[in-house]
Parts: sequence; structure tokens; C-alpha cells
Amino acid sequence: MSLLKKIFTAIRGGATEAGEAIVDANSIRILEQEVRDAENHINKAKQDLTAVMAKEMQATREIEGFKKQTEEYETYAVEALNKGDEGLATEIAEKIAGIEAELTLQEETKASFSAHADRLRELVKKTERQLAEYKRQLTMVKTTDSVQKATSAISDSFSNSNSKMMSATESLERIKKKQRDFDDKLKAAEMLEDDNSDASLEAKMKQAGIGPQNASASSVLDRIKAKKGA
Amino acid sequence: MDIKKIAEALDQLDAEAREGYDFDHQLIPGEEEVLQISLRDREEIPVYLTLTDTQILCISYLWDDVEIRPETKGEMVEMMLDMNIPMPLSSFSRIGSKYAVFGALSLNSTTEDIAHEIVTLSDNALDAIDVMSDFLK
Repeated sequence: MSLLKKIFTAIRGGATEAGEAIVDANSIRILEQEVRDAENHINKAKQDLTAVMAKEMQATREIEGFKKQTEEYETYAVEALNKGDEGLATEIAEKIAGIEAELTLQEETKASFSAHADRLRELVKKTERQLAEYKRQLTMVKTTDSVQKATSAISDSFSNSNSKMMSATESLERIKKKQRDFDDKLKAAEMLEDDNSDASLEAKMKQAGIGPQNASASSVLDRIKAKKGA
Repeated sequence: MDIKKIAEALDQLDAEAREGYDFDHQLIPGEEEVLQISLRDREEIPVYLTLTDTQILCISYLWDDVEIRPETKGEMVEMMLDMNIPMPLSSFSRIGSKYAVFGALSLNSTTEDIAHEIVTLSDNALDAIDVMSDFLK
């Protein structure tokens, strides 16, 4: 069963409350063991691969050697024939046949090493894919586990602090109110700032004798006289 | 990466990196350590940060199952699915009986990235409650 399916089944079964493990600790341990096993397999396969590749290279070198020897003895055989020594030429030919037999054997060995190396490379790749899959699953299960534990820590801290858990709408309303209060304060400060600058402007104007002036006794008297005269 | 180091690094950030918000944080001890981050004037809906093997998880709890108007629950859940992609950086989820928004970050994230995640998550949480309030009691 895939791990996601296990988690799905556990959640569906209601195993979501704090303290109830969605994925039991045993599954985590098994997965971790599988990760370790896969890593060991990869290491072992890589070591084997190194050894086989070394043998493959050794075989290649020997094949080259046999080929060189064959060429060398062929020249000798030609020389012997040139000298008319048929007997020696035959002996050399036998030697060449012997080398060629070994060459064939070595080529077969090399082919078998190559095939083995290919198999090991395939195995490493396959195990690496498997390891990645185990790790993905382990991440899934560990994240689920972490979140569950974190949630339980948060709930515990809440109940320890005796603070009442507010509903979402209450919380939002309080936050909005704080925001409104802040905005109101900002507005009030701006208004106060405006008032202050108005007042100082008026004071300056008054000093310069500009704008509406406070009535003086003489101006009031002038006004009365003007009314009387009318 | 260590959760206490993240807390210290967040303290060092300038106002611009905190996107104008003041962060207050406290460590909640437990089997899994959690950093509770409160943005000033938004203390009621904090952001919780926790580390897993592969990621940094930031979670804000929205509401509990019991707060949902039962007759609207199906529609609410569908709306959450519909809103999941449009909502920047965060996704809806449910942990136990609590609905939540969360964001996951790489363990290689910078402190600025984490701060941005925290502020965005907080914005998203408030927006989500606001737009979904019709479904709540």
C-alpha cells in the first residue's frame, strides 16, 4: 500500500487528533531502515562495480598484449618462411595459435565483465530511484508527523496559558478594530496638525494686520457714530 | 537550520525587510519546537513556524470545525479548493479539526524570504477569514 494511501486511510478513520499518530512510529522506522538498506546496496553495488571495471580494464590490457604478441610472432613467422625454415615457421604458427586461443578466452572474459558492469550500473540506477522514492515517502510521513506534533505543542501552550481560543470572526473583528483605532489616531493626529498650522497662520496674519481684526473701542465708536449720523 | 537561529535572524531584520510590521516571537517547547510569531496588532492570529527534515513550514490557524455553519460546509470546502491557486504563496489545509493556511519554504531560504512568507501568510489568513466569514457562525 502506498504511503499516501496509508495516510489517507488513517485520516479518513479519524486519526487526526493530537496524540493519535497518523502514521505509526513503526512505519517510520521501517522506512528509515529501507532507506539505510538501499544506501548500503548502492554502496556495495558501487564497490562491486569498481572491482568489475578494474577487471574489465585488466582484460582489455591483456587482449591488447595478446594482439601485439600475435602481430610480433606473425612477423617472425614471415621471417622464418623468408629464410625457408618451414619447420620454425610451423612452430611459430603453433605459438600464434596458442596466443589466439588465450586471446579468445580473454575476450570472452572481458565480455562477461562488461555485461556484469552493465548489470551493476543498472542496479545502482534502479536502487537510486528506489532510494529517492523511499526518501519522498519518508518526507511525507515525517512532515505529517512534525505538523501533528507542532499542532499538539501549540494546543498545549494554549491550554497552559488559560487564554480562551477566540473564534476566527472574533479575532478578525478585533484585528480590524485595532486597525480602525490606528487609522483614527492617525487621522486625529493629522487633524490636530492641520489645526495647529491654521492657528499659527492666523496669528501671523493678525500680527501683520491682515484678515479679520478684533474690534477696538475706537472702531466700535466710529461704527456707532456712523449709525447715528445716518 | 535551527529554529532559534531563525528567531534571532528575524530580530535583526530592518523595517523594510519586515514589510513595515513588527514581529514578536516566542518559542513553544515540545516534541517538535514551534516558533510563534505575532505581527503587531494582529496578535489574535499568529503565524507558527516549524522545521521538518526538508522544509520550513509556516502555518496560521483559521477556524475550528465547530465555527462552521454546517449547512454551508460543502460550499466552503469547494471555495477553499477554488481559492487555493489564486491565493499567493499559501495553501489551505486542515489539521485535526482546525482549518489553516500554510506555506512551505526551502531550508535554504533567506531570512528575508521567511519574513516575506510570514507577512504574506498573515495577510492571506485575514483575507481568508474575511471572505469566508459567510460560512462561519
